[in-house]
Amino acid sequence: MAKLESTLKNMALSLTLISLGASALLAVTNSLTLKPIEQQKVAKTVSAISQVVPEFDNNPAAEMFRVPTGEGDSLEIYPAKKGSDIVGYAVKTYTNKGFSGFISLMIGFRPDGSIVNINVLEQKETPGLGAKMVLQGTDGKREFKDQFIDKNPATFALKVKKDGGQVDAITAATISSRAFCDGIQRAYKTLKNGGLI
Amino acid sequence: MNQMKNFTKGFIRENPILVLCLGNCPTLATTSSALNGMGMGLATTFVLIGSNVFIAALANLIPDKVRIPAFIVVIATFVTIVDLVMQAYVPSLYATLGIFIPLIVVNCIVLGRAEAYASKNSVLSSAVDGAGMGLGFTMALGVLGAIRELLGSGAFMGHKLIQGDGILIFILAPGAFIAFGYLMAVVNKIRKV
Amino acid sequence: MEYILIIISAIFVNNVVLAQFLGICPFLGVSNKVQTASGMAAAVTFVIVLATMVTYLIQVYVLVPLHIEFMQTITFILVIAALVQMVEIILKKISQPLYQALGIFLPLITTNCAVLGVAILVVKKHYNLLEGIVFGGATALGFGLALIILAGIREQLELANIPKGMQGIPILLIISGILAMAFMGFAGLV
Repeated sequence: MAKLESTLKNMALSLTLISLGASALLAVTNSLTLKPIEQQKVAKTVSAISQVVPEFDNNPAAEMFRVPTGEGDSLEIYPAKKGSDIVGYAVKTYTNKGFSGFISLMIGFRPDGSIVNINVLEQKETPGLGAKMVLQGTDGKREFKDQFIDKNPATFALKVKKDGGQVDAITAATISSRAFCDGIQRAYKTLKNGGLI
Repeated sequence: MNQMKNFTKGFIRENPILVLCLGNCPTLATTSSALNGMGMGLATTFVLIGSNVFIAALANLIPDKVRIPAFIVVIATFVTIVDLVMQAYVPSLYATLGIFIPLIVVNCIVLGRAEAYASKNSVLSSAVDGAGMGLGFTMALGVLGAIRELLGSGAFMGHKLIQGDGILIFILAPGAFIAFGYLMAVVNKIRKV
Repeated sequence: MEYILIIISAIFVNNVVLAQFLGICPFLGVSNKVQTASGMAAAVTFVIVLATMVTYLIQVYVLVPLHIEFMQTITFILVIAALVQMVEIILKKISQPLYQALGIFLPLITTNCAVLGVAILVVKKHYNLLEGIVFGGATALGFGLALIILAGIREQLELANIPKGMQGIPILLIISGILAMAFMGFAGLV
């Protein structure tokens, strides 16, 4: 069969049919992958929550609620409960002040405001420098984010030592360290705004 | 050209990056480790085979004047399929490759093969061409990724060989350019260009 | 203030070519003379700013309300292809010499990953329309800056004695690497 001539009718018809076919194929693929994609997102959130709050027996992801930050947006708060008692809040916070921009953190707070643990969800900081914020210390080797464990922002000055606070910044990664503190402060402020701590 | 030759031409003789010099952006951006590079290469290979096959099959139904937009729609469709499937089943690789997955649609290799080969050859030959070019691309990305990972993280395929950091510049932006530059120099020397 | 941050970040700190690896093909291909490089940079800037506007509007008023975000790649690239066609026609009318000089690289702006890349990034970063346009324009300026710097270096390079194996793409890549290192120094700005 010879190639179709480039008449206006043929061109329009050909493009329209191909576009419709493409859209149909994509709509089908989309509906097939919608559920797995949702499941991945939920699994990621649940895993992040479990790593930062004390043991719980409810479903924090299902009981998520939002609290305004006071800056015009809101943060997701996941309550962790044992029975009917709240054992902690996992707060999904963020900062835009990272060296490479956006950093997302999941921070676990006890009801008294002290920090249980911090999980870095998203960051694009420099490897070997700011990216060290994700490291979890092992016995004998403390890493940057270990210093926040059991600290209460009410008494612990959440600024790097250079700015007059109590936080030991990552060597040669002051900007990333500052951004990390900014994220924690946002979470703490939000919990206070919501009257939760 | 028999299909075996058709398949292997993309490996060395007509390697898309090292010889034809196409697809530079993902080459630099996704090769911080061998596995990331190969993941990118395989995603691109899927798109190459899919788009080559469909374009070869529909070649006679596409009037010449609208062939570029038509090719783009077909390629974009396969890119979106890869995007959705990767998001659903390999989320960590998806997150690492980030924006470069949708950018496969403007990877010159894909449009280049559609225009230069798939629109003029049979479905089978086009599929083989797509597979060969894609695998050649994947191999080159794997080699560059392995070099950068070895020098930059002191690791091979994700397994650390030394304690601590390597020569960090190699997994950062400048290192990508420099490693790729030296790799091309070596390839040119071998090909006596 | 936000806008200044966006601009400085896009041009220097996260330069589209030297830090984000977008737009490499024209960067290596069209940078042999400062004049052609400037022409290319201008054309790309025009396309990026327009493309950012149109794709943003499509994303916000069509794709999201109809829950068809998966159509993003197709619609964005088709918009860009159409815009580049338009630029080609306009350029042919108002500046034949520039049109000739850019040659094949003009339609290749469609496959310039910087254009599609910026369009997608604007959506990913949740910018509003004005921020998106500023980001797009600044990114294009960063592209132009990198292109013109490399063109300037290449004009000087013609006088240098380069080993045979390094001639062409290899030496350009290594120079780009050193440029990228230099640009990393801007990091503390924002």
